[in-house]
Order: sequence, then structure tokens, then C-alpha cells
Amino acid sequence: MKVLVTVKEVASVADDFEIEELAIPETYLEYDLNEWDDYAVEAAVRIAEDRDEAVEVVAVTVGPERSEETIRRVLAKGVDRAIRVWDDRLAEAGVTDPTTTARLLAAVAEREDPDLVLSGVQASDDGYGATGVALAERLDVGWAAVVNDFDLGDGEVDVRRELEGGVEELTTVSLPAVLTIQTGINDPRYASLRGIRQAQKKEIAVRTLADLGLDPSILDSDLILREVAKPEADADPTIFEGGPTETAADLETVLRDAGVGAE
Amino acid sequence: MSGDVLAVAEHRRGDLRPVSYELVSAGRELADATGGDLHVAVGGGDVETFADHLAVEGVDVVHTVAEGEEFNHDVCAAVTTALFESLAPTALLVPHSVNGLDYAPAVATRLSIPLVTDAVAIDYDDGVTAVRETYGSKVEATVEVETEPVALTIRGGEWPAAEGNGDPGIEPFDVDLDESALRSQVRGFEEVGTGDVDISEADFVVAVGRGIDDEENVDLAEELADALDATLAASRPVVDNGWLPKNRQVGQSGTVVTPDVYLALGISGAVQHVAGMKGSETIIAVNTDPDAPIFDVADYGVVGDLFEVVPELIERFG
Repeated sequence: MKVLVTVKEVASVADDFEIEELAIPETYLEYDLNEWDDYAVEAAVRIAEDRDEAVEVVAVTVGPERSEETIRRVLAKGVDRAIRVWDDRLAEAGVTDPTTTARLLAAVAEREDPDLVLSGVQASDDGYGATGVALAERLDVGWAAVVNDFDLGDGEVDVRRELEGGVEELTTVSLPAVLTIQTGINDPRYASLRGIRQAQKKEIAVRTLADLGLDPSILDSDLILREVAKPEADADPTIFEGGPTETAADLETVLRDAGVGAE
Repeated sequence: MSGDVLAVAEHRRGDLRPVSYELVSAGRELADATGGDLHVAVGGGDVETFADHLAVEGVDVVHTVAEGEEFNHDVCAAVTTALFESLAPTALLVPHSVNGLDYAPAVATRLSIPLVTDAVAIDYDDGVTAVRETYGSKVEATVEVETEPVALTIRGGEWPAAEGNGDPGIEPFDVDLDESALRSQVRGFEEVGTGDVDISEADFVVAVGRGIDDEENVDLAEELADALDATLAASRPVVDNGWLPKNRQVGQSGTVVTPDVYLALGISGAVQHVAGMKGSETIIAVNTDPDAPIFDVADYGVVGDLFEVVPELIERFG
């Protein structure tokens, strides 16, 4: 069987950052594998390890050349090969909304024809949380969102969906399917030295829009970014300054005033 | 476009979820701006009772769909798509909830309309504009949608819950479901994360987050909780790592707490966490990152290293 896992290199902003017009300058950004995708990768690799039949795990990403560093780490964790979708037009297009990303991933998935697609629930940078389900719909297959456990059977998968407030829903979904994976579903491994060495030899195939038979007009997003700003704080907290001794003394006062430590 | 707004209410195990009423407020606001009516849809379970509850001020029509008992995304996606096609509204509003995430992207794809998720504000001026938070709530992005109609999921807790008696028309909506298109089946529900300690009952909560770095350091937080006679809780990453059990998790998918004092140590304040603790009377945050979103809800804060501040506090209360 084949498992496709969608991964994204995400950016996080430094503690102190600036915004220039509609963007945060590179100097304030740090890149890493999206946390949710790390759990999806682990789930995919475990399927390959746990099943008697041969399982190929393929990672797919939409991202610039820089993201290959992150993709190598995924390969080092046991993913067999990777596909990176990118070309100059994508670089120029800027904002990619989940609709566009789902189209790009669907074009790859149609060619790979996986039995199961695992995707993170959301990306930590833009936080849309929509790509996985949009991908399933585009592929005309079943899905389940926010999955925190699953048991893969023949032709179907039993999933647990994590609802709000400590309630889980038990659902069975027909295969092929897309599952969006919640953090905490497993304990993602660190790449071993051996894995890192092996990853160097694994293939990262680059696919352009033309390779995927996609018209560049799919990049014309209906969503236009108009403003990027630091949010105004709802609260105006009293911030205690000073070393640990001073700030702990200030906190003690607040805590005791609130009744903490009273007998 | 009609200017109408279609909002889809959400319920679970017989009760409408609070976000349904927030959705009414968001929908009314948008319908006022577009000059249309607010249609609210509710499907599955006791739809007549749900419709009575949804007859609040601002709602023009409630559409009831008697299909199934609980949420099934295949049914919900089919029904929402059919209702949308029948009403041809300018905007579709869905809660940005676990279930909202489970069908809204499919509906938007099916209808070939743009989707903006997790909106915290919506505006209309010859087109829909939505504000959403990115980079872990550190950045606010304003997105304009160039075409109509549009689908939006709205974040819970951002709009007031609608109240007051309204007099909407109640209209049953029949939909011809293609059973062969159902690819999923809900088998049941299970409560998880209950245990010996009920953090929702605590007057004082000491909560640790990712900043605690290592499992061994959780002992330090435990020591502080003991010294303060507080209950130890955690944000999601600590529970995901297995450093504390699930019943200690504060947040949207964990437990909602409203203690007198909530002391957040090394918690950045992801929106899912804040949803579970913002009702605390006094919120105190200790975090090395001055821009951490937790300071947006805190009453008092220390921008500093918890490993330096906590031992000092233990000494003072020990």
C-alpha cells in the first residue's frame, strides 16, 4: 500500500519582530517542520513498520528550495521519498490559500494514487486548518478531520476525532481517505544518524505546474492580503520589571492579595 | 447576490453549542452590512427544539433539516451545499470548531467558492474582508475576498452570544441524500481525560507550558503548586509529551477552568489554550517572550525565565 503524507515547512516569528508593509522580513523568521505534520509523518512511518505488506511512504510539500532541508529530516525519519512542488510562478504568487494548496497537492495525489493520505490538522504559520479536507473533496475520497487515533483495516479506517471539551467521536471512514492528524497522537521520533545518512540518498523530486498539468491561473487567488499588523492587546497587564528576586516579590504580593497562601 | 447570510448552527448530544449563538451575532452583523436576511440552518436530532432555541433576535429564517441524530460530515456537507444552492446567499458562516473544520473546506470546494477560516472579525464594503491571526496569534492579517459568494469559519468567543426573543420563520428543508456518497459513519462518543483531579474545580491553578522544556522540570512546577496550595495544570504540548495526564489539560480540547488565580508558566497562549482559561479572575503570566499572546489576556506579567522566578516564589510560600 501507499501512504502519502503532506508536509509543510512553516515560519515562526522571532520574539521581537518588525512588519514591513505586508510581510515580515526574513531576518525575523525561523523555519521548521510544521508541528502537526511531524505527528502525521510519525503515523505514516509507523504504518510502514507495523504492517506485513510492503508500504511506501511518500511525502509531498509545496515550498521553495530552502524547504528541502526540512524535507530531508522527514526522509531521515523513515519516509521513502519526497515530492516538492514549486516553480517561479509559485514563488511570485505570494499568498497561497488552502484552495490553491489543495489543488497542487491533489495533482500530486492523483498521480501517486495513495491508499491513505495523512496531513497535519493545520499549519502553525497561517493556521487555515482547511487543506486536508479540501484535498479529500478534490480527490473525491473520504476524510476525517482532527484525528487523534486511528486503526487501519481493510478498505476502511476506524478513527477517533478529538472534539472540544474532552469528548472523542468514533468514526469509520472508507478508504482511500485523507486524515488530518492532531498533535499528541503519537510520540514523533528523532532522526537517527543512520536515518540522516540514508536520507541523503533519497529522492526529492521537484514538480512544476507544467509537470502536474496545472494551468497557472489556479494561482490567481480570490484572497488578497490587505494588511498585516501586530494585534492590539485586549488586556493591558501590569508587567513587573527587575531580577527574579524583585519580580517574585511583586508576584507574591499579587498572589497573597488574591487569597493564595491564606490559611 | 442576495446579500443574505447563511449560518450553520452546531449541536452535540442534544444541546446547541454556545458558538451557534455567536454565529448568529456574526451573521446578523454581516447581513446588516450586506443588506440581506440572516438564515440559520440546523440539522440532525431534535431540530424543532433547536429551532425554538435559535429563534433569537436577529434571525430571519431558521431552516431545519431532519437528517440523522448527530453530526456526520458527509450528511452535513451535502445538506449545507444543497441549502446554499437553494438560497444563493452572499456568505456562508460556519463555526471554526472541530466539526466546522470537518466539513466547511469540503463545502467550499464543492461550491467552488473561496474559504477564509478562523476569522476574528468580518467586515463588508463591496466585498467581504476578514481579520485572522497568523504565526500563533502574533500577527493579525486582514484578507479581502475578491469574489462573492464566500465561506467563512468564525472563531468562538469573538462575537457576543445572540439573545432576546425573535420571531423567525421556521422552514423545514428537504434534501435528497445520495446514500452511496456517504463515506463515513459515526459509531459513538467517548468522554476522555477524566481522573482523580478535576482542575475545573480549583480556586488556584498553576499551569505549565512548553517553556518547562523537560519532563524533569515539571517537578519544579509541582513544588510551586504545593507551596501555593494550587492545582497543577498544563497546556497541550505538555500533555502531548506525556509529562502530565490528559485530565490536567486546559484548553478547547481539554478542560475549561475559571479559577480565582491562573498562574501560567512558560505558556505562550495559543488560541486553543486561551479559550480554556480566559474566564479566570486573575491571570498571571511568566514567559521569556514579551510578545507571547498570553500577555494579551494577562492581568500581571513577568517577562523572564520561569526557572529563576519559580524557585524564588517557592521560597516565599514554602
